[in-house]
Amino acid sequence: MGTPADEARVMGVDGLDALIRALGERGYEVLGPRVRDGAIVYDGIDGAADLPVGWGDEQAPGHYRLSPRDDDACFGYAVGPHSWKRYLLPPRSKVFEAERGAKVFALRSAEMPRKRFAFVGVRPCELAAINIQDHVFLRDTARDVLYASRREDIALVAVQCTEPSGTCFCASMGTGPAATDGFDVALTELLDGHHRFVASAGSELGRELLAAVGAAEAEQADVDRATTVVDEAAQRMGRSLDTEGLAEALYANLEHPRWSEIAERCLGCGNCTLVCPTCFCTAVIDTNDVTGTGALRERVWDSCFTIGFSYIHGGSIRPSLRARYRQWLTHKLATWRDQFGTDGCVGCGRCITWCPVGIDITVEAAALHEPAPAAGAGR
Amino acid sequence: MATAKPALAVWKFASCDGCQLSVLSLTDELLALADVVDVAYFLEASSAVHEGPYDLSLVEGSVTTPDDVERIHEVRRASRTLVTIGACATAGGIQALRNFADIDGFIDAVYAHPAYVSTLATSTPISEHVEVDFELRGCPVDRHQLLEVVSALLRGRRPSISPASVCMECKRSGAVCVMVAHGTPCLGPITHAGCGALCPAHLRGCYGCFGPAETAATGALAAWWQEILGVEHTDLLRALRTYNAGASEFASKGEQHVASGA
Ligand code: SF4
Ligand code: SF4
Ligand code: SF4
Repeated sequence: MGTPADEARVMGVDGLDALIRALGERGYEVLGPRVRDGAIVYDGIDGAADLPVGWGDEQAPGHYRLSPRDDDACFGYAVGPHSWKRYLLPPRSKVFEAERGAKVFALRSAEMPRKRFAFVGVRPCELAAINIQDHVFLRDTARDVLYASRREDIALVAVQCTEPSGTCFCASMGTGPAATDGFDVALTELLDGHHRFVASAGSELGRELLAAVGAAEAEQADVDRATTVVDEAAQRMGRSLDTEGLAEALYANLEHPRWSEIAERCLGCGNCTLVCPTCFCTAVIDTNDVTGTGALRERVWDSCFTIGFSYIHGGSIRPSLRARYRQWLTHKLATWRDQFGTDGCVGCGRCITWCPVGIDITVEAAALHEPAPAAGAGR
Repeated sequence: MATAKPALAVWKFASCDGCQLSVLSLTDELLALADVVDVAYFLEASSAVHEGPYDLSLVEGSVTTPDDVERIHEVRRASRTLVTIGACATAGGIQALRNFADIDGFIDAVYAHPAYVSTLATSTPISEHVEVDFELRGCPVDRHQLLEVVSALLRGRRPSISPASVCMECKRSGAVCVMVAHGTPCLGPITHAGCGALCPAHLRGCYGCFGPAETAATGALAAWWQEILGVEHTDLLRALRTYNAGASEFASKGEQHVASGA
């Protein structure tokens, strides 16, 4: 847990409010959790009062409900349906426009002028997810300019988790509930006695911000308390996943009957991939206007659950749901390692909660970890 | 393409005219369209009729009379490219409810002189009668999708119309899933995209106006609705039997549930 006593600061809700405002004053577009339509989503925030104060959540496979808390916690819930990928890799973005004139053919690339983003309330699993997407999009050999332009100079205010949901398993994936690095400021909300936040800076910007809002030096007792609440959260994960030998087992079990059995429940709707903070797949779509003089290339979120995703000349190479679910799960937990050197899953639980029929990656992976039952014993 | 403008025709079969109105509601783009095509046959817009053949025919409506059967073949013969638009033309429409009932009973109940009524026992999509080059779904169709289909076909390009689920559009839009967060039954996971997830954005479950998505898993969704959301069998049946009642992925599940629930 990264809150060494010598650096730790402490502040109240007014300090948090000042921090959010300080980011706005520095020209950032400040985004954070808000209540909307019965869930906690990410959107613009102007101050601490915009946060889901006093709200918690109840999450289970295919199930999400907001629930009122009996305190004024600002961060007393786990992640909702949105992830920061919505801002770094927008659901739809223009790649370029083209215009055919009488003599010239003009290309206009996507304009990227915008305010820098400040993300407030970034959970440790989300820091890990951003790190994973950075690795996908910012490698020297394959740098994605659209992603890079949005990712550059963002400010990250992380919040360590104290209220894991029924579908969280970051502790199994080694991504939470403590934030270790990759943030400008990390907060831990303490609700015993005086409502306060233990804050530590992870960058020069973070140190500046904490100084600007006048956060006092934290007492050792507060630092210890912050460590305790996060350690306790690690014990209260709603789910767990044994990753030991999992990738190898998945490779060995590509013909496991479980895949067919899942295919009878799976809708192929793609929700799991679009809510996943690490899934990065997009489709490139070319269109022209009705006059035939203007053309547009866009990039939109796609999913390996669509038929078009694996369409090559002549047809889709993954027409069955069995093949598509297998692609998704093995990419998250096995082939991602070969491709990028990490798991493709950070244990945020979104795919479990937001699967409309509650298909649970931890349950399916555990079943697929075991060898197929002997012939005749299965279905 | 420097020569004559391509001839566009818009045809009506059994339908409410809503999809043709989507063409007219293009407003701004309609003028641009009129610049690049010759609107040769479009009775909803103009009584001026040019003879075929037509480069692009848009067909609204389903086949419900013996007369329709003949006419759709004539339209096909006169059309280089034939695109069906809307739930009626692509799935039989709301009037395909007759496919599950006794047509003579309806006729007797409604008309004073049933003998004058010449109709078929079923309402069927155009594709059951002639070859169709592209099917655009929706009740009504989305006018931007319609414009995309026309713009693409005029340039010999495949229309960029995704057959994936409404969930894809719902999640892209940032809407909160009504089924997961509110327990509201929603047909989005098995419904063809195109509306932009209009109903979920207004906290309503999807009604399935665009018909089945590619590989619609109707049975798996029906099981969740009944077992977890507590949807009664008759309500499930009603949800599946609206504008796209005749689409096989919705209809067959409906039949199965009639059988098992009886
Ligand atoms: S696979 Fe599921 S649990 Fe893992 S990061 Fe993606 S959404 Fe979260
Ligand atoms: S799981 Fe599917 S959508 Fe996600 S990154 Fe892998 S291939 Fe893409
Ligand atoms: S696992 Fe769930 S969310 Fe993913 S495609 Fe299947 S039904 Fe949809």
